Amino acid sequence: MIESTLNPEAAVFRETIPAGDWWVHEIKKGQTLRILDLEGNQAADTLFFSAADPTERYSADRTIQEQAALYLTTGTKLMSTEGNPLLTITADTCGRHDTLGGACSRESNTMRYAHDKECMHACRDSFIRGAQEWNVELNKRDLGPNINFFMNVPVTPDGQLSFADGISAPGRYVEMIADMDVVCLISNCPQLNNPCNGWNPTPVEVLIWSA
Amino acid sequence: MIPTPLHSRTLHGAGMWSAVISRGKRLRLTDISGGSNVGMLLYNALERSERYNMPDTLKGQHIFYLRAPYCLHSDMGRLLASITHDTVGWHDTVCGHSDAARVLAKYGENDYQTARNDWNRNGRDCFLIELAKWGLGKKDLVPNLNLFSKVVSDDGGQLTFISENSKPGDVIELRFEIDTLVILNTCQHPLDPDPVYHHRHVKLEVFAGDPPTENDPSLTVRPENLRAWENNETYHTLRF
Repeated sequence: MIESTLNPEAAVFRETIPAGDWWVHEIKKGQTLRILDLEGNQAADTLFFSAADPTERYSADRTIQEQAALYLTTGTKLMSTEGNPLLTITADTCGRHDTLGGACSRESNTMRYAHDKECMHACRDSFIRGAQEWNVELNKRDLGPNINFFMNVPVTPDGQLSFADGISAPGRYVEMIADMDVVCLISNCPQLNNPCNGWNPTPVEVLIWSA
Repeated sequence: MIPTPLHSRTLHGAGMWSAVISRGKRLRLTDISGGSNVGMLLYNALERSERYNMPDTLKGQHIFYLRAPYCLHSDMGRLLASITHDTVGWHDTVCGHSDAARVLAKYGENDYQTARNDWNRNGRDCFLIELAKWGLGKKDLVPNLNLFSKVVSDDGGQLTFISENSKPGDVIELRFEIDTLVILNTCQHPLDPDPVYHHRHVKLEVFAGDPPTENDPSLTVRPENLRAWENNETYHTLRF
């Protein structure tokens, strides 16, 4: 647990992302992004792309490989598909974040829960719309496995994996400094079928400080 | 009676291969020397934006690794393949693949100019080369399977590569549940601490076979797998 020294009053950008909505925004090299869990236990599904070349994007496997560890926290370098650091986590009052669980989709909801859950709003639909609004060339192929900030997916030494109750709480946050110009795409997760949002999706706030 | 394979070949160490294998057929891979790693990616052969999805495979089956009788899920709520036979018991899918910089840093210089075809290839280049032959590229490179390799996590998430997970003669067999583009290479696992670069050969065979019935062990092991298979059935009914 590392707390930030940055003052929210000095942020150059603040916006609340309502439950279930998407947000896309450029973070310049040297700027710091904070994602704030306003009401607690809210998964913020997050992707990053190089602003200059969106084929260079966040890589869950490369990030895991680089640190030989599963969970993300202060000090973790968020690695790109080209092997470059996109951002580095500089503060974290939640403790750990997931990058194995991916995003929910309407299609995977039918597999995970029931065929009649297909109608429910899901992160991949938000990612698709947010990505298109940033860059018209982007489509489903550009969406690799994401980060789930504030989400708890424990793995046991014998290889079991579960979606557990959140370890986040109201006011907890994670902060990261950009190592290159990146575009951040967030789906504020609308999932109602598991405890990743405490069964009640709520807003998150994003803040940006200049370098 | 041992069935005759439709196709048989030896994959060279640090080599690569790709093919479309139709629904019902089996792909059997045999680790000839022990300690091999096969990096694998799978795509729906007809709709190549549909691809192997590590997160859905793991969370759909509540597992961190793969073994028989578990399934390999796509990002569209369907099954690409099932593990029908497996003498290994643990296959990694979270650690990705090596790239040129990692191979150079770990094993030192061993380039084509010096070593000719005994040079040190890397997983990323092998994947990108084979993907390009089917019209795919960097956008399509996602977390892969590392067949024959075992990586465990402690309670804090720290990872450890388990050496000698796969023994000489160990086998894994996949049954395809949809017509599938298979992309694979035999480069070493990225977290293998062995300082020696190995060219380990792997035997590859493809056998004829039929799609499963709904009491198949791969479909009954988890209700999620049965629902995914029902999505496959709908896809095949509408398409063919």
